Amino acid sequence: MKPSTAYRQYHPKWYRTRVSTLWWSRRWSYLKFMLRELSSVFVAFYVVILLLQLHALRGGPEAYLEFQEWLKDPLLVVLNGISFLFVLFHAVTWFNLTPKAMVVRLRGKRLPNLLVAAPNYAAWLAISGLIVFLLMRQG
Amino acid sequence: MANRSNEPLLWALFSGGGVAAAFLIPILLFLYGLAFPLGWLQSPGYERTLELVQHPLVRLGLFLLCFLSLFHWAHRFRFTLYDGLQIKHLNPAINLFCYGGAVTGTVVAAYLLWTLP
Repeated sequence: MKPSTAYRQYHPKWYRTRVSTLWWSRRWSYLKFMLRELSSVFVAFYVVILLLQLHALRGGPEAYLEFQEWLKDPLLVVLNGISFLFVLFHAVTWFNLTPKAMVVRLRGKRLPNLLVAAPNYAAWLAISGLIVFLLMRQG
Repeated sequence: MANRSNEPLLWALFSGGGVAAAFLIPILLFLYGLAFPLGWLQSPGYERTLELVQHPLVRLGLFLLCFLSLFHWAHRFRFTLYDGLQIKHLNPAINLFCYGGAVTGTVVAAYLLWTLP
């Protein structure tokens, strides 16, 4: 049986334009995309901090005190400050995805993006408030 | 069944982690990373923190936060390297590093939360 397609041993290469490795640095919207993707590194960084905190908590009062002192290290404060900005960027871009992913219509009219994203921000505020309340409550 | 991709599952974990991280990490990082160390707010001490974390719902919540956030990182970071730096020839190593790291972190989180006094 003869094969229905003839294969050439030396297939000519398809033409593809080369994309520079730093393609995302050329335009603000591309850079924003890369920064958004990079925010995931800081999400993981926080999880590591949280795991260290749990580890210290398991170690008893002294270990926990040591952990709290460690967090006061200027280097760590700066690192946490940068992480906070990135995590904030992640949260805002994530909440603003809702209107991009779904179109909400009310009486045939499309709801503005801000209104579709609003419930996310309300829930964010409520959850953050609850955490502050739980942590700061006396007794 | 043979060719079923596990991409949808990974994407679901990425998405779930995105939600968990967006809602919970900013305030937690603000408090523990900035407000407490810099003395803007009085940090709850060992006793109070332990009491809070011992609550089953808090334990479960923290576990889910670690688990989902780590898989969120794994998925997103994998594609950051893929799209941003166009590292394609190292794909198996990168996948192992990302998802392996996420699995390890999840196991550590489960162990710590489970064995907490």
